[in-house]
Amino acid sequence: MDLLQDVIQHYNQWITIFLMVSGLYIVVARGNMIKKLVGLSLFQTSVYLLYISPGKILGGTAPIIGEGFSVYSNVLPHVLILTAIVVGVATLALGLALVVRINEAFGTIEEDEIFEMISEE
Amino acid sequence: MRFDLISRVGAKLFLPFILLFGLYVQFHGDFGPGGGFQAGVIAAAMIILYAIIFGLPAAQRVVPPLVVEIMIPLGVMIYAGTGIAALLKGGNYLNYSTLGHDQVHAQELGILLVELGVLITVAGTMIAIFYAFAGRGR
Amino acid sequence: MTAHLPAIMVVLPLFAALLASLVRRGWAAWAIAFAVSLAMPVIAFTMLIQVLSSGPISYAMGGWAPPIGIEYRIDMLSVFMLLLVSVPAAVMMPFARLSVMSEIDDDKQAWFYSMYLLCLAGLLGIASTGDAFNAFVFLEISSLSSYAMIAMGRDRRALLAAYQYLIMGTIGATFYVIAVGLLYVQTGTLNMVDMAGRLGDIAATRPLFAAIAFLTVGVSLKFALFPLHVWLPNAYAYAPSFTTAFLASTATKTAVYLILRYFYFVFGIGLVFQVQPISDILLILSLAAMFAASTVAVFQDNIKRMLAYSSVAQIGYITLGIGIASMTGLTGGIVHLFNHALIKGALFVAVGAIVYRTGNGRIENFAGIGRRMPLTMAGFVAAGLAIIGVPGTAGFISKWYLALAALEKGWWWVVLALVASSLISVVYIGRVVEAAYFREPTAENAKVGEAPPSMLIPLWLLVAATIYFGIDTSLTVDIAGRAAEALLAGGR
Repeated sequence: MDLLQDVIQHYNQWITIFLMVSGLYIVVARGNMIKKLVGLSLFQTSVYLLYISPGKILGGTAPIIGEGFSVYSNVLPHVLILTAIVVGVATLALGLALVVRINEAFGTIEEDEIFEMISEE
Repeated sequence: MRFDLISRVGAKLFLPFILLFGLYVQFHGDFGPGGGFQAGVIAAAMIILYAIIFGLPAAQRVVPPLVVEIMIPLGVMIYAGTGIAALLKGGNYLNYSTLGHDQVHAQELGILLVELGVLITVAGTMIAIFYAFAGRGR
Repeated sequence: MTAHLPAIMVVLPLFAALLASLVRRGWAAWAIAFAVSLAMPVIAFTMLIQVLSSGPISYAMGGWAPPIGIEYRIDMLSVFMLLLVSVPAAVMMPFARLSVMSEIDDDKQAWFYSMYLLCLAGLLGIASTGDAFNAFVFLEISSLSSYAMIAMGRDRRALLAAYQYLIMGTIGATFYVIAVGLLYVQTGTLNMVDMAGRLGDIAATRPLFAAIAFLTVGVSLKFALFPLHVWLPNAYAYAPSFTTAFLASTATKTAVYLILRYFYFVFGIGLVFQVQPISDILLILSLAAMFAASTVAVFQDNIKRMLAYSSVAQIGYITLGIGIASMTGLTGGIVHLFNHALIKGALFVAVGAIVYRTGNGRIENFAGIGRRMPLTMAGFVAAGLAIIGVPGTAGFISKWYLALAALEKGWWWVVLALVASSLISVVYIGRVVEAAYFREPTAENAKVGEAPPSMLIPLWLLVAATIYFGIDTSLTVDIAGRAAEALLAGGR
């Protein structure tokens, strides 16, 4: 019973782990370059949850000083993740740009077909 | 572009309010949630909506690609420049306290400049990404 | 102004990158990049003198005192890394002008230099920052700009190489963020010094072990430790020559720096090497890298690709030193960081010069080059001897220390492996020498001339440094020794 309670209490971490593993699985298992990037994005997004969820304090508000508030959430994870989101956006944009160029150069975005093409060169 | 009366009129109604909301998020960032990142994305969303409804050439007449390419480094330059100004005034890099005559005003000025830089760069980058993808394969 | 050097070191290349993208002219962007690249070693040397005389420099970004604010912390190891990145970058910049002109379209050259400067800012930032998350941001600044630089190669396979590197690099960086997140949740701090102090209280908890595992794998992806190296050969083979030379000598090294920083400063030797079996893992993977990658290098027909595999093998030597974790071993590993940066820089500059003259880097294209481009090829051979580890070159010094360290532990088989791996490198360097000196020039090669002085001077500066540091080791071994000493003492 304790084990079950442990599992349920940490549901936020289970979600994180699920997203993380499924993202990584998509990156590894799919040959389509766009799908790989989708997986990569999912993987990165799961890390945002890893940071944000422990930063939330139950009953806490945004850390702006006001009447009647004494419990505040930790802002630092949010700020860190804002930065990580920017990095994620940049990575995704660059990745998609590369895929567009690859499609123009090779005529396909399936990895198998491209590797076949290259081995013939 | 097809003749889509409702979306065209609707978008025209929306556009100024999107920009206004973007500016609200930008300048309210001092007192509540908000700031340059969010405002930049909202402002860029206005241009992107305009481009989707009225076509890429129309949007590029409003914000030419050259302007976008200048916006991206310019915003970072304002940010880094604020830091260097603090450095020249004798504080550490990005120490806003040195920028004004008293602590509160100096911090406010510093954060205002930095957020302005962020707004310009983020809006520029978002539009640039949209232009880069929308302009391909025609 | 000297008090602000840690900030200037990172901000100057960043600001220059913005200027370079605003001027939009290739030559002007190059001039900016060259000027900034020359200033960097001067700043690094000034800080070296400061660190030598008065210990680590701490710089509070924005005036916020650490551990709350971001701290830039320059200690012996940081300053060593700053020199390692800035010196090869400055020396290679003259080479960049003609090489980039011949390989990249006119309208993209300014962007290329902008990317180079961003990458430089990122690499210098990793070495200077004392904040775990800040290090991630710099890691991604340098990585994203290097993906872009690699994708600018002429061959369409460069795009594919950049894409693969992007996927692998992002997974690596994300693993690093996961590790930092786990550490932050447990210690409540991101400042590395503070974190190291607080980790003592939570030693040997499961999340801490998970953090160590994520960090090791993530950063190993970035520096291409043997089974995680698959992105590297293609990226180096198809990138523009200057990109390859710059990244090969600096980028992987800063990732190795991160692992050194975490293993020895943050986690501490006891946790990493005694509680966890990382020493054994590194030892096995290093030996595997030395053999497998060297052997694969022998069968490559593209010289850049061959040297890329050789890089994977050389990284094996560095991680071997880290894995041995004794004073001598660590000194050997750190010296090899620096020496390999010089040697690989020289080799890739030489290949870049030959590619500039002949058009591509395939081995059959090197036929008779020894007679047509004697100075370039002589530089290549000298650097090649250093990679083999011939006495009198820098490569010998680092291998000597590694062998000594292995003998101290009584691991004579590691010494045998070192020698055997060096013998394999004789074969692949030998293949190039054979083609260049003992084959008749092809019809096209018969009319190529010596490389221009702007390429020969950087090449010979690097080669001269390789030979100098092979004979007079006081500077490199001394600094590396001090850094190793500080590392083994846990930086406290």
